[in-house]
Order: sequence, then C-alpha cells, then structure tokens
Amino acid sequence: MEMFIQTLVAGILIGGVYALIGIGMTLIMGVMRIINLAHGQLMMVAMYITFVLYQFLNIDPYFALLVAPPALFLIGAAIQRYLLNPLIKIESIIPENQVLMTVGIGIVLTETIRFMFSSDYKSVKTSYSTATFNIGAISWNVPMVVAFILAVVLTASLFFFLLKTDVGKSVRATAQNKDAAMIMGINAEWITQLTYGLGAAMAAAGGTLLLPIYYLFPDVGGPFTLKAFIITILGGLGSAVGAIMGGLVLGVAESLGATYISMALKDAIGMVIFLLVLVFLPGGLKQLTKV
Amino acid sequence: MLRVEHVDAGYGDVQVLWDVSFHVAENEFVVLVGANGAGKSTIMRTISSMVPISGGQVLFQGQRLDRVAPYRIVEHGIAHVPEARQLFPEMTVAENLELGSLKGGAKTQRKQTMEWVFELFPRLRERRKQLAGTMSGGEQQMCAIARGLMSKPKLIMFDEPSLGLSPLLTQEIFRLALKIHKEGITILMVEQNVKQTLGICDRAYVLENGKIVLEGKGKELLENEQVKQAFLGI
Repeated sequence: MEMFIQTLVAGILIGGVYALIGIGMTLIMGVMRIINLAHGQLMMVAMYITFVLYQFLNIDPYFALLVAPPALFLIGAAIQRYLLNPLIKIESIIPENQVLMTVGIGIVLTETIRFMFSSDYKSVKTSYSTATFNIGAISWNVPMVVAFILAVVLTASLFFFLLKTDVGKSVRATAQNKDAAMIMGINAEWITQLTYGLGAAMAAAGGTLLLPIYYLFPDVGGPFTLKAFIITILGGLGSAVGAIMGGLVLGVAESLGATYISMALKDAIGMVIFLLVLVFLPGGLKQLTKV
Repeated sequence: MLRVEHVDAGYGDVQVLWDVSFHVAENEFVVLVGANGAGKSTIMRTISSMVPISGGQVLFQGQRLDRVAPYRIVEHGIAHVPEARQLFPEMTVAENLELGSLKGGAKTQRKQTMEWVFELFPRLRERRKQLAGTMSGGEQQMCAIARGLMSKPKLIMFDEPSLGLSPLLTQEIFRLALKIHKEGITILMVEQNVKQTLGICDRAYVLENGKIVLEGKGKELLENEQVKQAFLGI
C-alpha cells in the first residue's frame, strides 16, 4: 500500500510538470489548429539555456525560470512570424504543411544543439537535487515538489490571463472564430505569434523545472513532443482543463507502469493510453468535462 | 458617409463584384437586396477589408478603407454583424460583448455601453453568463448585434440578420434595427427578405450577379415592376 501511494505521489508530481508542457501545446493547437511537433525540442533548448546558465554563470535553475521561458517566448514568436505564418498566405500550400514545418524546426533545433554541445548526457547537479523530506512513510523529493508547485502557479496565471484579461480573451476568441475576431479589431496574426510564444514559454518552464532531477541530451526533445502530443489527445484538442487532467493521468500511469510493470516499458504505457483514448474516447477528456 | 466607388472584387480568379458603386449618407438606413450569390456578403466583406478589391475604392468619412488592415476597420467606427452570427460559441454572452469593445473609447466606456445594450436587449442581460453557443438562433442574432453595438459605431452593417430565423423573430430583429437607427446610428443592411426590408429602409439598392441594377427609395422599389417580378413573385 505504501509503495502504491509513493508511486502515486511521484506520478502526480511529475504529472504537474507534464501538464504545464501539455498546456503549451494545447494552446498552440487551439489557435493555430496544428500540432506543434517541435514542442519537446523547444523545451530541450530551454533546458540547455538553463544548463549553460548553471554551468558557466553558476545561476540556480530556479532563477533560470526568469531567463529561459522569456527567451523561448521570443524564439517561439519569431518561429511563428517568420516560418509558420508565411505558409498560411500561400494558397497552393495546404495549411497542414505547417505541421511538417514544425517537424523541420524540431530537427534543426536538435542538430544545432548537438553541434554545439555534442550528444553527451549532461545534468545540473544542485545541492538539493536529491534532497527529500518525509510525511509519514511517504518520501517527497524536494525539487519535484517545488516543480509541481511552480507548475501549478504558472498554470493558474495562464488561466487568469486567458479568462480575465482582454488579450487573453482575444486569444480564445481567435481560437474560436478567426474571422469574427478580426472584425472585433483583433490582430489575429499578432495573436498567433503571442500564442506560439506563450506555448513555447510554457514548455520552457517545464523543461527548466525538470532539470534539477532530469538529465539532458539533444534528443531529449522527441520523447517530450510525444508526451505533449499524448496529453493533448488525452485531454481533448484545444482544452486547457483537459491538458491538466491529461498531464496528471500520463504522469500517474507512467509512474504506476514503471513500478508495477517494468521501468523499461514506461514510455510504452503512454502510447497504450494514447491508443485506448483514440479508440474509446476519441474526443478526449474534453468529451466528459465539456470544457 | 460611406462611399463605395466602382469596386471590382472577388476571391482568387473569380470576380464577384463588377463596378459596384453606392453610398450611405449619415443617419440613413440603406438596404442592399439581392438573390443568393448576388455578391451581397462580398460587399460587406469588402467594406470590412476582408476581401481585397482589384479596382475602385471604398471611402468612409473621406478616408480610404480598402488599404486598411481588416482588424483596424472597427477603429474607424464601423461595426460588422457578420452573416450567420459568428459568435464566439464557447464564451459567455458577457465575454462576447466585451470583445466588441476592445479599442479606444469603446473600451473605457465598456460598462456604460453594456448597460445601454442590455436595455435594448433585456433578454441578453438574463443570459449574460450563458455560453453564446447554447442560445437559440434569435438570441444569438441579438447577441451578434449587441456585440457590434459595443464598439460604439457610427455605421453598423447587418449581413442577413434574418438568416435561419422564424418570420416572427425576423420581424423582431427588424424592429430592433429600426430602434438602433433611431438612436442615431447609420445602418447598412444586406437582406434577402425583400418585402419587409424595403418597407422599413430609407433607400435601397438591388444587386444582381455582382452588379447594382436598381436604386431608389424603399417604398418606390416596392412598386417597381422589375422588383415585383424578380423578388415578390407578383
């Protein structure tokens, strides 16, 4: 029983960070109607930024939260502006080709980082990387707890932004009806840049939060793109609430799978869930929650 | 106030509007009538700068609109109530209205304008927390009109407000349009509902195959033989 609860705790904590990454992808999905297949790679770039700051300037990964996400916001907005939006304007190219473009962007990012840092595994070993505390018989990993709390805070801020501010409402309006949004005076193209930037920044925050406990290498992006994709499908396309649920479900499922089935099959479990969702709940959790 | 001069426009290689010219004076209620595919909505979308023109010009209070980005049109004082409502279905009525007042003066006076709009449409006040997509067709049309009014426009354009509504609701919508007109807002309306709209407007234009074929006072056009034959089935 203790092992079960311990596994559950670990799953929920990592699930919070997954949710953060997944919401980023969902946000882009909602406004752009495309799956951003460079999502994990953007997160990987943020991890390297955090790593460089730590390694060469001795800046704590949590302070890097003030650097990496804003940097990725700018990179993301630039990608949208100069690489994705031009594709919409050419009528002979089907808009879905933006998806292929994101694949290309992902590859370029990965290989650029490989060129700069080689394929070696790196890690950020802080004094608190392995720190734990106990509540009852359950041990809590400090950086995981911090990551979870910060992920919740960031997610809550994003929700506040989307629900309460004019710009946030404009983002939702653009996702729901682009033409009507323009009639209301919303610069839809600018909104797409803002959204992609925000999505990238969310992924970046997730990556930075994972770094004290995770290792990094140039190919770390791929599996995370996959995870974000699974979360987006699991939650229902374009649903931010669904993405939170999806992130938690994936985290817990991976954690349970690693404990009770096999560590090596951890990633396969996500894919099994993915298939089951597509077969039995094609609309994702959004189908149940309606938001 | 609004002058559309010799406008040619279309989608890609397909030209829809051919040398279209008409004008709307301040405080006027002007209607464009025509059959399906005559180019009525395209005219609206041209004024809103969503369809680029290939010839001619669109002037509003002396300024060219056809070179303005679509999202800037509302800043000139033009509200567009698009065909088939085009609400934001997964947002509440209140949020839809707020999105109608994103710019300039409309934003600072949002509260007062919303109060005014709720007085015009008491039903919307009751429904303000409801998701727009879950309302009935008539309520959605009211919401779309109200959203347009939230920008405090000088000119409001209605694109087929009667679309998909029962005859009774259609009458209600036209009554509301007249009420809005009485508040001093200029109206340009596109309609297929020829008989009713010609009865309430100041002036009307008849559009056929992308060309303006007739122009006149609403009631005069009602008596016109050509109009009678083409639209009224007499």
